[in-house]
Amino acid sequence: MPIVLFRIDERLIHGQVVVGWGGQLRPDLFVVVDAGLVSSEWEQELYLLGVPEGAEAIFLSPPDARAALSDLKASPKRAVLLTRDVATMLMVAEGKAMEGESVNLGGIHSQSGREEVLPYLFLDEEDRQRLAEIAQEGVRVTARDLPGSHEGPLSTLLG
Amino acid sequence: MSEGLPARGIVLAHGGMARGLVDAVTKISGAEDGAVVALSNEGKSPQTLQDELARLLDEGPAIVFTDLPSGSCAIAARMGCRDHPRHAVVTGVNLPILLDFVFNRHLPMNELVPRLLSKGVGSVKSSPGYS
Repeated sequence: MPIVLFRIDERLIHGQVVVGWGGQLRPDLFVVVDAGLVSSEWEQELYLLGVPEGAEAIFLSPPDARAALSDLKASPKRAVLLTRDVATMLMVAEGKAMEGESVNLGGIHSQSGREEVLPYLFLDEEDRQRLAEIAQEGVRVTARDLPGSHEGPLSTLLG
Repeated sequence: MSEGLPARGIVLAHGGMARGLVDAVTKISGAEDGAVVALSNEGKSPQTLQDELARLLDEGPAIVFTDLPSGSCAIAARMGCRDHPRHAVVTGVNLPILLDFVFNRHLPMNELVPRLLSKGVGSVKSSPGYS
């Protein structure tokens, strides 16, 4: 089964992902890729509270996630892979590991140094450079907070 | 209540829900200013939300009321109240919970929180009733 959604969203497992996207994609596995969360059991427990009944979540470091991609694709489970920032998704995508896949930008919020690109998306120059690098790895990059929203193409994101 | 202060209610919810609930509870109860305050996650990063909540929690004992039991609001609330016995988190907030809170916020947490949970669950009813 293909990974049904690759998403960059600071909030990781939350309402838009579980209800908005989950209602359409019916995932039964959430793969959270985050170097910090891997070693923090109590924070993992907070995110596990948001996993819907019948689904499960795992927490992986970026290298472990990249190594696990082929197994995840071969699994019967419908997986959603989440990172909280662009840099982490780039680490997963490196070496053409995600070639042919699509990455969805769903939520990076206002912070010093970031410019508003869309109401739910603020990027700085490093983010833009990394998004271009993800695209160079053969990955389609777009922005859309919810399935029914207008899709923002990479050209819009890069400005 | 620790420090002798009544708890403050912080309604932490998605979109405009918190503001609406605080407006409603204030109009119905005449609760004093600051007894219940609203905090929305709209347009905020997880860190910004945690920072704003931390500033409110620093002001005294509080119960953080969230709409959902999980997600960005609940995570910020649980992180903010972690290891702070003078604070508590109550999820699934509704108006009956907040109305009971404003009239009983002087109670110790170990009495107040169970009371609020009972009030919140007990207020969800159907008509006609089904068993």
